[in-house]
Amino acid sequence: MSDLMELTLRVWRQPGPDADGEMRTYTVADVSPDMSFLEVLDVLNEELAARGEEPVAFDHDCREGICGACSLVINGEPHGPQKRTTACQLHMRHFADGDVIDVEPWRAAAFPVVRDLVVDRGALDRIVGAGGYITAPTGSAPEAHATPVAKDAADEAFTAAACIGCGACVAACPNASAMLFTAAKIKHLNVLPQGRPEAGTRVLDMVAAMDAEDFGGCTNVGACATACPKGIPVDVITEMNRDWLKAAARSRKSGR
Amino acid sequence: MRTTIALKALMAVTGIVMLAFLVLHMLGNLKIFFGPEDFNAYSHWLRTLLIPFLHYGWFLWILRVVLVVSVVGHIGSAIVLTKRDRAARPVRYRHAPPASSTYATRTLRYGGAILALFVVFHILDLTTGDANPHFTEGHPYQNLTASFDRWYVAVFYMLAVVLLGLHVQHGLRSAARTLGVAAGRQRAFAALGTALAAVLTAGFLSVPVAVLAGAVS
Repeated sequence: MSDLMELTLRVWRQPGPDADGEMRTYTVADVSPDMSFLEVLDVLNEELAARGEEPVAFDHDCREGICGACSLVINGEPHGPQKRTTACQLHMRHFADGDVIDVEPWRAAAFPVVRDLVVDRGALDRIVGAGGYITAPTGSAPEAHATPVAKDAADEAFTAAACIGCGACVAACPNASAMLFTAAKIKHLNVLPQGRPEAGTRVLDMVAAMDAEDFGGCTNVGACATACPKGIPVDVITEMNRDWLKAAARSRKSGR
Repeated sequence: MRTTIALKALMAVTGIVMLAFLVLHMLGNLKIFFGPEDFNAYSHWLRTLLIPFLHYGWFLWILRVVLVVSVVGHIGSAIVLTKRDRAARPVRYRHAPPASSTYATRTLRYGGAILALFVVFHILDLTTGDANPHFTEGHPYQNLTASFDRWYVAVFYMLAVVLLGLHVQHGLRSAARTLGVAAGRQRAFAALGTALAAVLTAGFLSVPVAVLAGAVS
């Protein structure tokens, strides 16, 4: 086992939402290249618990790269240096023995720190709550082919629906803007026939909900799409802008 | 106008208005290479344009009003949005993120501020003449050469032109995205922005370079 690594982690520690935080340095020995980044934090936490110290709080759930819970900024990059990979699926073979690694929470006014590396991403839920759904009659499931969906619309919707809502786009954006997230959530419904009837109100309501949070605006830098672990294309923002401008003009005309 | 998208649309539209003006302004400047008569006649023509529909000089005044409204809208939305953007990340990352943007994108805000200062000087220098001791009303050719004979004015002008090129390079592409016309055509708009930036930079730079080199005097 000669390929085991010793790493120095500098981790953001903050006891509570209103407490001051700081970067604290820890050494983790015997790190296997096959471990995930979260497993390194698990090992660190076991050592901290054994020493009677508070373990590092961090979000995680499925550890399969699909739930969007993990939210670590590793060396300045949301989810770390590996493209299209969440922190839970980031393996230590991408690091080298002796590396010093900085671990920080998502940094945004809209994502207040709860503790250490855990932030409150409720702002994203409130955006979805403003229109990230369709209105449909309840009851038994409709027949599957009752509403035909064009193949290209299905593909586009699926690309946008791949968003796991982790918030890496906000963390990466120099303005902490949630445009990529909001645009993906709008698009995945607006391109489908089931989402069309409410397309106009959806874009107006969800953008209004986004602006009501403390997010910044888009300066078309593209850092969001680069950081996105699911490869949501930056084009969805352009389409949201177009849909919003059209819907805003229409709603002004109809006096709504 | 509380939503970021409306403010950005305002910035995009006003930017495109000013960009269209700059293309015409640059083409007009090139008349300097045909000599003082042509250049001064062109300047006079701008004042007599659309007479008798308009009165003498009105065309220029209408243009100035449109430009002032555009400048105010552009800078105003920039200030509001920049404040919002800064407030959105109160705590910075200790480990600086890798550069995800181009040089043109990063210099947009400060470059824009320097450009605004340049425009003030430019008007005092060549329109009102307050910053040009050899200024004579109605002789733009002589005013221009007298101004660029001061090397530091020529250098400031050239710096502003380079910043303008960078501003347009990011700006047009960004405006196309903001107005929603670039979906699926990002590359085409990026290429158009870069081409326009290059043409504007070269066209505007040619005049002070020619004066400094003695080709125009």
